[in-house]
Amino acid sequence: MSDQSYPLELTDSDIPMVRFANVTKNYGPLTVLDSLDLDIAPHEMVSIIGPSGSGKTTVLRMLMTLETINDGVIYVDGQPLTHMPRNGKLVPADESHMRKQRMNVGMVFQHFNLFPHMTALENCMEAPVQVLGLSKAEARERSVELLKMVGLEDKMGQHPARLSGGQQQRVAIARALAMRPKVMLLDEVTSALDPEVIGEVLNVIRYLNSEYQLTMLMVTHQMGFAKEISDRVCFFYAGKIAEQGSPEKLFGDPQNERTKQFLHAVLEAT
Amino acid sequence: MFHWRWDFVWQILPDLLRATENTLLASVIGYAIALVLGLVFALAQRTPWQGLTWAVREAVEFIRSTPLVLQIFFVFYVFPQFGIRLSPWISGMMAIGLHYASYLSEVYRAGLDGVPRGQWEACRALNLSTGRTYFRIIIPQALPIALPGMGNYLVGIFKDTPMLSVIGVAELMHTANAIGSEYYRYLEPYTMVGLIFLAISLPTAAGLRWLEAAVRRALGMTK
Repeated sequence: MSDQSYPLELTDSDIPMVRFANVTKNYGPLTVLDSLDLDIAPHEMVSIIGPSGSGKTTVLRMLMTLETINDGVIYVDGQPLTHMPRNGKLVPADESHMRKQRMNVGMVFQHFNLFPHMTALENCMEAPVQVLGLSKAEARERSVELLKMVGLEDKMGQHPARLSGGQQQRVAIARALAMRPKVMLLDEVTSALDPEVIGEVLNVIRYLNSEYQLTMLMVTHQMGFAKEISDRVCFFYAGKIAEQGSPEKLFGDPQNERTKQFLHAVLEAT
Repeated sequence: MFHWRWDFVWQILPDLLRATENTLLASVIGYAIALVLGLVFALAQRTPWQGLTWAVREAVEFIRSTPLVLQIFFVFYVFPQFGIRLSPWISGMMAIGLHYASYLSEVYRAGLDGVPRGQWEACRALNLSTGRTYFRIIIPQALPIALPGMGNYLVGIFKDTPMLSVIGVAELMHTANAIGSEYYRYLEPYTMVGLIFLAISLPTAAGLRWLEAAVRRALGMTK
């Protein structure tokens, strides 16, 4: 950690739900994220776009504590996630601190990562029972409600192998929601799907965005969807935010040369 | 020339069947030890403590690279020199259990490595503890991968129990030897031992194949 001192907790008048403060991530000699500063307000929907290898998925993986960081601090809901206070200073978080702070964050993966040996319902009930200590009846009630919300009440007893990709991803969204996170991370959630089922997953995300008090961070290649749903779009290039702004601004009037090139190439392809 | 004598077969059969009980008992006990100890070995190699991982891996490699019969002799004849005096049964079960635990730990390892990384990440994202991640998510998925290897070693242990005869455990081979040296007839006892082994091995192998399919079904993994 550099000499720069980081606050033990955030006390701004309007605390961001997520703050990346000077966060750097290296894989050996390769710098994937370079001194990232990014605040995400409560209930904000932020899309992250950019070419592959630009570090956009790494942003989500660090926030889910699937990756460690090499410099800087990540705060969630005002509290440090990657670090913990000790003797008036921040030190790297231990497992129990991370477990506590991680409760605020949920994630949906590109490849669903459902538990194949459990039914859709069991997938959703597992963590509420095992982690939150809910009774089976409470967890079932919560899970059934969520599976209804994603339109899968008639598939609750099915194992993932019997479900289509779109259905599996909707189960994965319900599973993440069952933990009632404040921050929801969506990592290329439609990239592994057949084109005809992408719509059903996007509809669920639209519904989440309008009906749930969630802060969402979404890595996506669906430019049209990002434009429609986001409060803000960040364009990543070479481990940095090259440009960010409202979707109208970023898609309609990009300033950065890299953004223009990227959008041109992406729109060409579709 | 020897000729086959059925009357002798009927005469020795009760003794052989009684010995079969011991053979089965030794297989089951040895396998139970190996199953549990093997899991301990496999999990010990996945802890963050480098020293432990290294020590267990070397021990497993050492046990796998030396003959079982030597290990049986060692426990039975050498341990007493260090003041550890064990009965033939205990020595034999220790040696077989340890030997097959080292094989099974490799089978478990392959099973655990066969579970996709995304499963671990989903567990972390859902905040499951390490213990629950293993016992509720990872091991149930590693099981169908490991089961064929686990089944092979059950049959393997069963077929290796005759090695216990060298330290005087009264299993099938030991009994057949005793009959042979008493009556100077070896054809019938050894043939019967072979047939008894076959009669148990073949249905066991078939049963294991059925079990593999049943476990896959129970875990919802049929395609």
